Amino acid sequence: MLSRTADNLFWIGRYMERAEMMARLLEVGGRIALLPSAGHGYRNEWESLLQASGTALGFAKTYGDPIQRNIESYLFFDRDNPSSVASCLERARENGRIVRTALTEQVWDALNTAFQEMRQLERQPRSELELGRLTEWTMRHAAQVRGAIDATLLRNDGYDFLGLGYRLERADNTARLIDVKYYVLLPRADYVGTGLDSYQWMTLLRALSAHRAFHWAYGGDVTAAKIADFLILNRQCPRSLLTSVSGAAAHLDHLASAYGRPTPAQEAAVSLRDEVAGLTVERIFEEGMHEFLARFIRQTGRIAAVVRDTYLSGEMR
Amino acid sequence: MTEACFNEMYDSGAVRSLYAALEGWTRSMPAELRQMKQAEAEALFRRIGITFAVYGEGGDPDRLIPFDMFPRVFSQTEWRRLERGIKQRARALNAFLVDVYGRGEIVRAGRIPAHLVYGNEAYEKAVVGFVPPKGVFSHIVGIDLVRTGPDEFFVLEDNCRTPSGVSYMLENREIMMRMFPALFRENRIEPVEAYPELLRRTLASVAPAKCDGDPTVAILTPGHFNSAYYEHSFLADLMGVELVEGPDLFVEGGLVWMRTTEGPKRLDVIYRRIDDAFLDPLCFRPDSMLGVPGLMDVYRSGGVSICSAPGAGVADDKAVYTYVPDMVRFYLGEEPILQNVPTWKCAEEDDLRYVLDHLPELVVKEVHGSGGYGMLVGPKSTTEQVENFRAKIEADPDNYIAQPTLALSTCPSFVAEGIAPRHVDLRPYCLVGETIELVQGGLTRVALTEGSLVVNSSQGGGVKDTWVLAE
Repeated sequence: MLSRTADNLFWIGRYMERAEMMARLLEVGGRIALLPSAGHGYRNEWESLLQASGTALGFAKTYGDPIQRNIESYLFFDRDNPSSVASCLERARENGRIVRTALTEQVWDALNTAFQEMRQLERQPRSELELGRLTEWTMRHAAQVRGAIDATLLRNDGYDFLGLGYRLERADNTARLIDVKYYVLLPRADYVGTGLDSYQWMTLLRALSAHRAFHWAYGGDVTAAKIADFLILNRQCPRSLLTSVSGAAAHLDHLASAYGRPTPAQEAAVSLRDEVAGLTVERIFEEGMHEFLARFIRQTGRIAAVVRDTYLSGEMR
Repeated sequence: MTEACFNEMYDSGAVRSLYAALEGWTRSMPAELRQMKQAEAEALFRRIGITFAVYGEGGDPDRLIPFDMFPRVFSQTEWRRLERGIKQRARALNAFLVDVYGRGEIVRAGRIPAHLVYGNEAYEKAVVGFVPPKGVFSHIVGIDLVRTGPDEFFVLEDNCRTPSGVSYMLENREIMMRMFPALFRENRIEPVEAYPELLRRTLASVAPAKCDGDPTVAILTPGHFNSAYYEHSFLADLMGVELVEGPDLFVEGGLVWMRTTEGPKRLDVIYRRIDDAFLDPLCFRPDSMLGVPGLMDVYRSGGVSICSAPGAGVADDKAVYTYVPDMVRFYLGEEPILQNVPTWKCAEEDDLRYVLDHLPELVVKEVHGSGGYGMLVGPKSTTEQVENFRAKIEADPDNYIAQPTLALSTCPSFVAEGIAPRHVDLRPYCLVGETIELVQGGLTRVALTEGSLVVNSSQGGGVKDTWVLAE
């Protein structure tokens, strides 16, 4: 397949996953904002979302104060914010339009429908648009695109590049979400284990649509250790770091065997997967959650760079 | 004006048998149902993503070309004559191209002035002496036809480079069949869906000398910002070939390669949808980012085929157009089946005088213009517009040709008030490779504004499904 086509597919995956994660972040913010203030004021929680999504600087330039309504606009509608839901959906669709020949009609239809409906949402008065409706809308369309991919797309190399985009983005995003909770939302160690703390953890699980799953998997009290285990190490959790990075490694394995040549990208992903699989919660807490997550995010970034050099740049000989 | 035209549905007041079924169909369709169907068609077009961006207009980049659901119908007898005429013309145009890049017999014989050929902007010195595989320069010939009476067809212009719009021919049919299956059960309509396969075979049949084995074909597009990008991707999909941009290709070892995830893959035949000037920055415009450096060298040494061949444009120039009937006689020894519209060349003194004396009655076009821009439709223009244009012609007479305002035929069309006649033209797509092929159908463009004669999509024209009935 053309390297450029592979690149477009890879980015469809990344943008769709990012759009969904933005919606999930907004949902976390909306829920936390319903809480009585935890000493740092409401501003702090919203600001932490901007930090987690890596958009704090851009936001400050455009809007200044982190007021909920502005943050909603920035993270959902703002086309100047390259990570907003609207930007992501538009780019995913544009990438899809470029590689129409590599997509089924259903996948294109799902991408295009999301984009067209987005344009309608943009024309509606903001007062009519509840945050909950927007986030739910986003997740529904993200699910439709994924469903169309699963149900109709040929399992060829194109499927692997799409999947790779999804998995790498998800690994990065889940890590960032845990980081908001652990590092930014809760800077003071003495909050750990308080009622506020577990409420925040549950909000995080809820945002990942995983709070019921968590109870089924672990039961009993909600503890930081259990949640960290669930979101980082549990192979059953579809958004855990281990699941995401294993998925990426599997796609790269598949590509390497389909093309009949091993690659450095495959090597990097397999080594990260094996490292995470060998970890325990205790070891992560020892290293420091934030430090671990920052390192993990760097490593997934490196895998993405190697994937680009190997497959997407057109330089392979 | 509309009144005096040939309405293709009627013959001296009575509905022609070709249209009998459609008459019943429209009568049984109440206005609400029609509006519903129209909205459904629009939603389908939008969902499929068939849109058309107009250069330099800003506004909605996802604008739709208006689709008129009322089909246009030809009989087998009418079509057979058109088909013979179109194929004849496509053969003559290609013979002309091989000739003018070779010995130039037609010029030596004095049948066409040398300066029109060799002094033409579209004449490509870079390919002089080169004969493309199978002697074909123009592989897809779009011949624009208008009609003024039951048996009167005229060629308005030839498109020898990369005529666009064929995706509409295919999608209009697809959407009509989806929305009105009963119409297709009741009428025996020749299918057009073989086109992409015929196109693929045509392209494969002109593989270059160095190609051994199955030729790899790709479409070269300027990119996804191009207004016709949808068509490029649509055709690539239906033919099962790659859609490439310039940066996806590179030249090495006298061959052209595609950059793929598995390493370089050799490319044999390029169906290019970019202009000559952009093909190769080393040979043509050095600032072109769309092309492939070194491509022309590979082409001339038989390492790759380019369709249409560089230089094909000299055959569809509007000044050269007037000589196409002579080409048919000269190369084929036949009488042309399809007539040209009588044309005055402002480059010639007598013609220029006539044109300037009769400006308000004439249509005047730029020799190199396209898309309905830069033309004067005399009878539809104000005195001021006519006078402005007169000044332009006097300043640069060589740049203009003039034709009488034809009473273009009309076809019933759905408009806001119901059904009304609107002017139409026809573009069939003739494929030239090892063989010459033509599917039974084409693109009918319709001027949806009452009285308007301009059917170009860039000027608000619409499209219709075009039926050829089986015997």
